[in-house]
Amino acid sequence: MNEYTMPIVFGVTIGTIARILMLRTDYRQYPTYLHGKIIHVALGFIAGSLGAVAVPAIMEMEFTAVTFLTVAATQFREVRNMERNTLSEIDGYELVSRGKAYIEGIAISFESRNYLVILTSFIGTLFYLVWNVYMAIVGAIICFIISKILQSGSTMKDLVDIEYSAPHFDGAGLYVDNIYIMNIGLPERQEEILKYGMGFVLTPKNMNVVNTIAHLGQRQAILHDVSVSLGVFRDSGTPALVPLIKRDLDDGRIGVFILPQVRDVDKAIKIIGAVPVLETAIRMPSRSNVHNKEV
Amino acid sequence: MVIEKSVLAIITTNKDKVSGGAPIFICKHFEELQKTAANLEAIIDGIAHALSDEVFIIVKH
Repeated sequence: MNEYTMPIVFGVTIGTIARILMLRTDYRQYPTYLHGKIIHVALGFIAGSLGAVAVPAIMEMEFTAVTFLTVAATQFREVRNMERNTLSEIDGYELVSRGKAYIEGIAISFESRNYLVILTSFIGTLFYLVWNVYMAIVGAIICFIISKILQSGSTMKDLVDIEYSAPHFDGAGLYVDNIYIMNIGLPERQEEILKYGMGFVLTPKNMNVVNTIAHLGQRQAILHDVSVSLGVFRDSGTPALVPLIKRDLDDGRIGVFILPQVRDVDKAIKIIGAVPVLETAIRMPSRSNVHNKEV
Repeated sequence: MVIEKSVLAIITTNKDKVSGGAPIFICKHFEELQKTAANLEAIIDGIAHALSDEVFIIVKH
């Protein structure tokens, strides 16, 4: 035991707690039970240790010791790769796939959460050493709050207005509102689709959103989340029964065609509204200099 | 180049309208055409698309 033992133990503990708080298992069921969670809690513990140990190293004038944080960065990039690989492997077996953009979004958040853990335990240990344990607890709570804020991005309901619109056929063409979805030849398939299908029109609220919701990865994420929450009327070997999203080229609205097992319009609207906006899909044409000059 | 979509079969009631590389199934009437298309769709995991009332194609997506 020396003067650094308690601050380091404190830092590691709050770091690990922060990781556990950020590890939510919700409707996406990812990470799943025990094994997946153990991996992430263990990595959170390692991240916490790195953050906590950095402070005494600086105080002892061992500046070179800080370079091991670069090892941490490499380590957590590896976490991102691990998540990406696992999810991509599984994606082929999903009835409605997540899509690469969604997987990348999940992988990014796993990596960044470990850095938030390092920050939390760094602040905790620092405050403990500079002031006392009470200040350290206050600092840790502030870090938890910051992590929670950084963890939650915007969702689809912030970007679009969602309206129900029953799918219909014009000849063999399937339409949601006036948006063409696909060609279905067989009358019995058409009947199935009219019976089980639901259509929604997502109208963008501003010009930035038009590009974001047009992103193929974002559209796939919507389909995946809806299929997870409401079930999907589909099986392997029934390629005609496929949820799809197509775009109205005129005004950038998108037509969502889904085949849920629970056909509840209000629930579906809520679920579409709660789909996270993927970081990789966000575009900001309104910030473009050229555009602003013209307008 | 990876070909993502291809026409796996053509089903028709009017053989003057079709020719070419994909297997062609000629049917006597519209009902038979529908049955054949439904079977082929199930067998080869493609989607039956209607080009007109006389010509259906099975496409692998």
